[in-house]
Amino acid sequence: MTEPLLAVRDLVQEFTVRGQGGVRGGVLQAVSGVGLDIWPGETLSVVGETGSGKSTLARSIMQAPPPKSGEVTFRGVTLGTLRGAALRDARRSIQMIFQDPYTSLDPLWPVARIVAEPLIAAGVSDRGERRRRVGELLEQVGLDLGAHGRRRARELSGGQCQRVAIARALAASPALIIADEAVSSLDVLVQAQVLNLLEGLRTSLGLSYLFIAHDLALVKQVSDRVAVMYLGRLCEVGPADEVYARPRHPYTVELLDAVPRIEQGERPARDAAADALADAAAEAPSPVHPPSGCRFRTRCPRAQARCAQETPLLAPGQGAASGHLVACHFPIAAGPEPERGHPTARAPGPERGRAAEPAAGPERGRAPATNTAATKTIASDSK
Amino acid sequence: MTAVLEVRELSVRYRPRGRVVHAVDSLSYSVGAGRTVAIIGESGSGKTASSRAIMGLLPRSAQVSGSAVLNGIELIGLGARELRRHRGHDVAMIFQDPARSLNPTMRVGPQIAEAIRAHRPISRAAARERAIELFRLVRLSAPEQRYSEYPHQFSGGMRQRVMIAMALSCSPRLLIADEATTALDVTTQAQIMRLLTGLQAQLGMAILMISHDLGLAASFADDVVVMYAGRAVERAPARELFGNVRMPYTSALLGAVPRLDRAAHTPLPVIGGRPPVLSAPPGSAPSAGCPFAARCPRADDRCERERPELAEDEAGHAYACWHPLAGSSHEISGEA
Repeated sequence: MTEPLLAVRDLVQEFTVRGQGGVRGGVLQAVSGVGLDIWPGETLSVVGETGSGKSTLARSIMQAPPPKSGEVTFRGVTLGTLRGAALRDARRSIQMIFQDPYTSLDPLWPVARIVAEPLIAAGVSDRGERRRRVGELLEQVGLDLGAHGRRRARELSGGQCQRVAIARALAASPALIIADEAVSSLDVLVQAQVLNLLEGLRTSLGLSYLFIAHDLALVKQVSDRVAVMYLGRLCEVGPADEVYARPRHPYTVELLDAVPRIEQGERPARDAAADALADAAAEAPSPVHPPSGCRFRTRCPRAQARCAQETPLLAPGQGAASGHLVACHFPIAAGPEPERGHPTARAPGPERGRAAEPAAGPERGRAPATNTAATKTIASDSK
Repeated sequence: MTAVLEVRELSVRYRPRGRVVHAVDSLSYSVGAGRTVAIIGESGSGKTASSRAIMGLLPRSAQVSGSAVLNGIELIGLGARELRRHRGHDVAMIFQDPARSLNPTMRVGPQIAEAIRAHRPISRAAARERAIELFRLVRLSAPEQRYSEYPHQFSGGMRQRVMIAMALSCSPRLLIADEATTALDVTTQAQIMRLLTGLQAQLGMAILMISHDLGLAASFADDVVVMYAGRAVERAPARELFGNVRMPYTSALLGAVPRLDRAAHTPLPVIGGRPPVLSAPPGSAPSAGCPFAARCPRADDRCERERPELAEDEAGHAYACWHPLAGSSHEISGEA
């Protein structure tokens, strides 16, 4: 395969916001120059916190609304040049599944009609044929036309609703499914069932996925590659195994550390926990006025003067596996796998230094392996 | 050590349209000072109904029986006025959605000052001082300025900090956190949990954590109660519970938790089926067998007939199961 299914280049999406009630107005830079590829049969996960622009990225790919600038190419066709019926046709091959299964289904329509509608749009005019296809689609997602076809969304559980949403997406015979936090609000047992269903469909139908999530643990089981996003920019992209085992961007490390773990002995010491971060140090700045240079620098334990001046670009780091890119002036060295899940990895250190001390890394009390690696990189960089 | 909260045989029943729903069935646990107890369960397991029963926040149609003793005072059966005296003072609660818990038309600071003045006879100026002091306690930056801002100017994490400040305004002995971090990002969740554990150490309060997240319970709770279909099915100190799972339901839950060490494209171990319907015709006893039997890979005839009661072993590990797991760590039951 020589051509990606979906290619996104320098995508920029901005919204003008009006100042109101003490919030300053301006141009909200939701997505700032994001590029990514999705290959046929591949699952790419975009992970980042609220406000990182991950959902806006998904909508911009769908041209709903079209991005301010940049290019989205799907199967070799640039979506931005399409209008009207041609755009609708192209969009049919990219389907979305949303977070809230109840609000993303029409509450008045029975399940069979919800799933049949994309078939009507695709020109399946024969009623019998449509009914047969609806039956097949519901079966594919583990539902039954006879038992569930006449029910409405409120008569279904959250997991069943999400299955209906998946059946509706499949009705259009898509090549790519964008799942925007599609399993985040489900109970853990149902979440596992839906994830397994999506995985099964990927192999049986040869689908590609763009998974959007705020939790790295949630997408671990489905991802081939992972892209980490912060305030509208990609921080790190790479093969999932590499990114999880050897994260290179400090933000990726923060995301990994935030995942609660079940292993024993993970409970943080009470006195260490007392040192909670102030909100300003802990939360992302406004996307209307993002920090200069690296946007993560205000929260970064490794930030230095250079981070405020120069915007780091996505680049392969030294010794990194192929396809593992990081946008950081002082990335964590691509050394051996640090011992993740070490108790000290959770313990927060003292108030983080802001763009000042190069030695801020070790002070934070991260796992020892990472510490030494961090000190080494900084030392070699400052030469 | 005397318990701050002692819950015994707590039951909550609803009677919608001539049926009976046993939302909570004979739940017992206790929370000691400075300790954290997590109640874990899926939607509809009764975890929230049990905590609201303690706060007296259930609708009138709910029938609450059993006992919940807070600081030596029985809460079940108290009148609205007496309950109000305890709420906020002895026990405070934070909820999942901080945006809906704050008044959007009112500046944030005065909302807290008002809550303080509702419980304590102090002047406006003193209440304002106390509110700013609380903002500092929950690490809100620029507290004086934040005092006169509106909730919409705050992020989700900051709003939850405000809710924590409000909950702590009268130094409660017990804080109930009902899915308090569920709506937040993982990074913000970690910060809020660190803040809560830190404040707990500082103020010595007990925390009752209601959550569906086993990882969170493993990281932050001292004791864990697992609920299924309105009943406690397993209860143990966190370390013992997660290191030595006995109840197949808990094991199934653990198996389904998204983990960082799971290989890509391997199916997650899941169990089929759904929790049983809790409504029954009036007069009929709640179903005879184990409520999990229909979904349990270890179930046999006995499980269908006889209900296992929650029984404690030597390690203080209680479970309600006829065929408990041998107790190896993280054994995953259920078909893939």
